[in-house]
Amino acid sequence: MSLSPEQVRNIARLARIAITDAEAATVRDQLNGILGLIERMQAVDTSGIAPMAHAQDLSQRLRDDRVTESDRHEAFQSVAPEVEAGLYLVPRVME
Amino acid sequence: MSASNWEVVIGLETHAQLSTVSKIFSGAATAFGAAPNTQACAVDIALPGVLPVLNRGAVERAIRFGLAVGGRIAPRSVFARKNYFYPDLPKGYQISQYELPVVGGGSVSVRVGDEERTIRLTRAHLEEDAGKSLHEDFHGRTGIDLNRAGTPLLEIVSEPELRSAAEAVAYARTLHALVRWIDICDGNLQEGSFRCDANVSLRRPGAPLGTRCEIKNLNSFRFLERAIEFEVRRQIDILEDGGSIVQETRLYDPDRDETRSMRSKEDAQDYRYFPDPDLLPLDIDAGWIDAVRTTMPELPGAMRLRFQEQYGLSAYDAATLTAQREIARFFQDTLDCAGAELAKPVANWILGEVSARLNREELDLSRAPVAPAQLAGLVRRIADGTLSNALGKKVFDALWNGKGATADEIIERQALKQITDESALERIIDEVLAANQKSVEEFRAGKEKAFNALVGQAMKATRGKANPQQINDLLRRRLGS
Repeated sequence: MSLSPEQVRNIARLARIAITDAEAATVRDQLNGILGLIERMQAVDTSGIAPMAHAQDLSQRLRDDRVTESDRHEAFQSVAPEVEAGLYLVPRVME
Repeated sequence: MSASNWEVVIGLETHAQLSTVSKIFSGAATAFGAAPNTQACAVDIALPGVLPVLNRGAVERAIRFGLAVGGRIAPRSVFARKNYFYPDLPKGYQISQYELPVVGGGSVSVRVGDEERTIRLTRAHLEEDAGKSLHEDFHGRTGIDLNRAGTPLLEIVSEPELRSAAEAVAYARTLHALVRWIDICDGNLQEGSFRCDANVSLRRPGAPLGTRCEIKNLNSFRFLERAIEFEVRRQIDILEDGGSIVQETRLYDPDRDETRSMRSKEDAQDYRYFPDPDLLPLDIDAGWIDAVRTTMPELPGAMRLRFQEQYGLSAYDAATLTAQREIARFFQDTLDCAGAELAKPVANWILGEVSARLNREELDLSRAPVAPAQLAGLVRRIADGTLSNALGKKVFDALWNGKGATADEIIERQALKQITDESALERIIDEVLAANQKSVEEFRAGKEKAFNALVGQAMKATRGKANPQQINDLLRRRLGS
């Protein structure tokens, strides 16, 4: 499997990464290399083996439903670019 | 061609906010209404290096739901990342479940009018909520409050089996009552604890499913109904004109009572789901499910049948009494004090006077000034003849307004006891007859109206404490008719 330049541009858009056409060509080669690796792995016969959702064959540990965190918004917001009335301010987004 | 040639197909996706005190993957509080960002911890705002740890309480609520709808609780389910960019989603992905949800299948029974339908569920999965974007008033900037980020949600997906706006609303109401009944969600619509997305499409009966539009974020039953009604009309108009439906996401605007396009399929999100490597698979063993099962309340469907069988209530009364857990509990508590033989009058009082009062004063049953034991005392005094129905209402009034702790106390204090002693009543009637000779003559001349006037006078003379039927009988005997 190999990606088209169009698919590369779409992946970049989805990841919000701006790339030039020249970069797109390089990235395409790199991604195709990774896909080639995946193709080789998929050639291994795994029929009869249950797919794993995680590399470790363990199960999720759970925590009790208790509030353990305190309010640290001042510390967090001291490094935010813009803050007002306790809110983080970001460039206007509207759908 | 008429609208009846189209079959409406609706599926709902409902987000129920789970009533845990802490978030699904962090120990931050979930309380509503806190000052912005004071309940958003390092995990919720996605600082580098943080890891999610799953809240047992959220999983337990999902199990409760699975048991309540008769779904399959997955022995192993998996969390996945749903990738998209939006400022109120700090990680750049939402942790959700995709291929292996915690609950599969199940169904709910929905009543529309007299008809009962079973609506099958596709699945229910656990996920985290996003923060809130505030678009107004920040000099052209958007304000972000991440308090809601990481709040646990159960997304409940129905099969596309709903056939009208009314049916969709009935389903949503049933689900709303159920999640509150089993204590997994407070159901507060204003605070967004329960919100629906509706998938709407049309087809010719028997034809394959048509192209659907999704209406997002409907947080009231009225908006849900109106949005679907508008959307159905919109799609009929397009199809009747020979056009075709474009798959898209739409928003309902309550002010203009219409839906409008939010984004079309071309820029539809490509979420690129994949298993979240930060979370291991969630294992739920049979022992845990059994333990949760022992804490489940009697479910509304079972309770409805029991009310019919055990207490002889009509299907309608039983359904109304079990529409909300608070009402059912109030009924059961009242009956436990009053005795099962008074089920019918107790049901009548709750569905009649109590409901009417609550509506008028815009109160919740939990705030009703008359407690079940007080209502039971009152119904008993009506049943044993101490009170007429009219006097019963007076006593109810007094109880409601806090003028006494028990019906008996009010009867005693206000001397409201029904007068049943015949000789006492006959004395009163004699006085009434003597004072109203004109009416007596008119009655003897054949005017039935005059008789009613005499009954009225006699009731007035007893200050409403006589049984009108008894007065009637005694009066007729006295007048020799």
